[in-house]
Amino acid sequence: MPWWLEVLIKSAILLFVVVTSFAYAMLVERKVLGWMQLRPGPNRVGPWGLMQPAADAAKLMLKEDLTPKTADPLIYKLAPFISLLTAFSVYAVIPFGASSTGATWAIGNVNAGILLILAIASIGVYGISLGGWASGSKYPLLGSVRSTAQMISYELAMALSFVGVLILAGTTSLDGIVNAQLRWWFVVPQFFGFLIYVITAVAETNRAPFDLVEAETELVAGFHTEYSGLRFGLFFIAEYVNMLTVSCIAALLFFGGWNAPFGLTMVPGVVWFILKVCCFMFFYIWLRATLPRLRYDRLMAFGWKVLLPVAVLNLIVTAIVVAYHG
Amino acid sequence: MTRKHLFNVGALLRGLSITFGYMFRRKPTIQYPSVKKQHAPRFHGLHELRRYGDGKERCIGCELCSSVCPANAITVIGAENAPTDRRSPGERYAARYEIDELRCIFCGMCEEACPTDAIVLTPRFEMADYRRGSFVYDKDRLLVPPAAGVGTPPDERPGGIPGDLGRVAEIKSTVDVAKGYSATWRGEVLKTQRKGLAIIKPPQEAS
Amino acid sequence: MIAFSILGAILVASAVWTISARKPVYSVVALLVNFATLAVFYVTLSAEFLAVIQIIVYSGAILVLFVFVIALLSSGVAPFSAGPNRLPMIWLPAGIVVLSALVFVIHAIAAAPAPPAPAASPGGPVGAPGVFGSVADFGKALFTVHILPFEVTALILMVAVIGVITLTSEHIPSAASRKSEAQVDREMREAILRGGER
Repeated sequence: MPWWLEVLIKSAILLFVVVTSFAYAMLVERKVLGWMQLRPGPNRVGPWGLMQPAADAAKLMLKEDLTPKTADPLIYKLAPFISLLTAFSVYAVIPFGASSTGATWAIGNVNAGILLILAIASIGVYGISLGGWASGSKYPLLGSVRSTAQMISYELAMALSFVGVLILAGTTSLDGIVNAQLRWWFVVPQFFGFLIYVITAVAETNRAPFDLVEAETELVAGFHTEYSGLRFGLFFIAEYVNMLTVSCIAALLFFGGWNAPFGLTMVPGVVWFILKVCCFMFFYIWLRATLPRLRYDRLMAFGWKVLLPVAVLNLIVTAIVVAYHG
Repeated sequence: MTRKHLFNVGALLRGLSITFGYMFRRKPTIQYPSVKKQHAPRFHGLHELRRYGDGKERCIGCELCSSVCPANAITVIGAENAPTDRRSPGERYAARYEIDELRCIFCGMCEEACPTDAIVLTPRFEMADYRRGSFVYDKDRLLVPPAAGVGTPPDERPGGIPGDLGRVAEIKSTVDVAKGYSATWRGEVLKTQRKGLAIIKPPQEAS
Repeated sequence: MIAFSILGAILVASAVWTISARKPVYSVVALLVNFATLAVFYVTLSAEFLAVIQIIVYSGAILVLFVFVIALLSSGVAPFSAGPNRLPMIWLPAGIVVLSALVFVIHAIAAAPAPPAPAASPGGPVGAPGVFGSVADFGKALFTVHILPFEVTALILMVAVIGVITLTSEHIPSAASRKSEAQVDREMREAILRGGER
């Protein structure tokens, strides 16, 4: 089999898996949010509402695709695709498991995997900022300016929280990091790094309580106020795929990826990986149901004045410990 | 949010535990189309024009309901009964009887005003439709079909009121209503003050 | 070679678009394409780390600031005036001179005997440890051989940051006269109670 065909098949499978899990992540979010608010959640379409994602997709596709008069048509139409493209392309380097021979289940096993993820994620901000700007109205603009500042600020602390793990693992390739966690998960030695990562990941994906970008009480719907139909759907998919991505990264970097806990190796690694990712997705939803939205200046102050120093401190301590004991 | 609050991890965890606990609570939602809530016994829903036992219409086309209606939702045009084809026992009957259910506020005053208990409010409330025009109910849709009997007598509905309140129908105009009689809320009669006026106690909550 | 041609065409086209676009935002998008293509070039040259850093730093941080500024100044809607884009005729001969110099240099490089290929380069996957351009090698070189330029650059950036802060925040009140956070909070709460008049 030529390598490009292999990559193509893998990509197609992965795309299917990611889109399906996006659809059901959305359903689970609505269900769990409902339960936490003493509602049953969507349960009308299909048994237990299981066909709800399909109904949503059909609705979004049939809706009119509006372009405001004041919008910049080219950028306005381009922005959702930038968001979606960056959200999906991260999966090119994320490994999901390893077979018994040691080959990883990933499209591409890149050595600088974690750096590449950071790089692709840093492009994701363009979808939001350009989309907000190109809408040509004030709420999207405010939302996008906020999001740009927020994502850049929290990206720093996020990258620094990675570095502690990288120092411990001694490699930047994702399967190398996972293999380095055979003995114990990095959440133990890197607990503060993990905390910083969780907080920054919520901020990076613009989720509650850091969803200032689309704060409906003040900004209507933030950067996607003017978007409708399928273009809105693309932003929506991108948001949930990003959630999945950061959950995958959390599982890979801090919770041993597909390594089985407590020596329970009879369950295949992929199952463990998926379970870990699911736990993080649930945590996201749980946070959203619990915490109120932060005020914007406090969000920025928290990012720069608390998270960044703590991340740097964590990095320095880790480096010193590894230098003397590693 | 001062620094103290920002680092209050305990409060954060408590909040998380509360939402987690709520996830397993019983949900108060009533699954509406499949499960229906039992409504109050004197619920005011869609109107119905009743018949007598012999199939004759009760409505005599007096237009009292129309004039008492606060929302001007009722249109009645009466006509003389033809000697050969008597629609109602009296001299007149309603040639046209229309209720605009979009204007109706379901106060039940038509029911109070009717001297023959012809117009009643049924407990039916699912009236959704696609066109505005279809909310104007004409006589064909309001009148109980002959096969369905006489229709629901207002005082014999489940949880209804004693027949004693038949005198309420004696209220002839909105002036009487303005004097202090709450026409929409009928219950056990405590004391009859004047002809047609009663002080009433709200009905007990149905079990 | 085919990949090189295609990427080169994209690179040049996006560069031309960057300077010829009428709207600043289009320039930014073109520049984004340009940076991304450049990163791919770095990968083909097995400079993996450089490619990633190119995207993180240039596309992910600096260019975002461009978008930020454009969005804040809302100058993105108005196209550039025709004035500054029209160069005086004197630059035409200057351009020709520079271009011919470039062509000469490239020709000279192409004519020179090819340097011996790095020993580990053939065979090994791009970016594997020990292979030219890998993250580990890059980092090692940065912190040992090139430690002086690295630290000097850091110092310069630090100076720039401090300079910006001192230049822009002339009116930062001294610590003594600055209001405490609690005080600001209380004043805001009072202002809200007064109905926001202030």
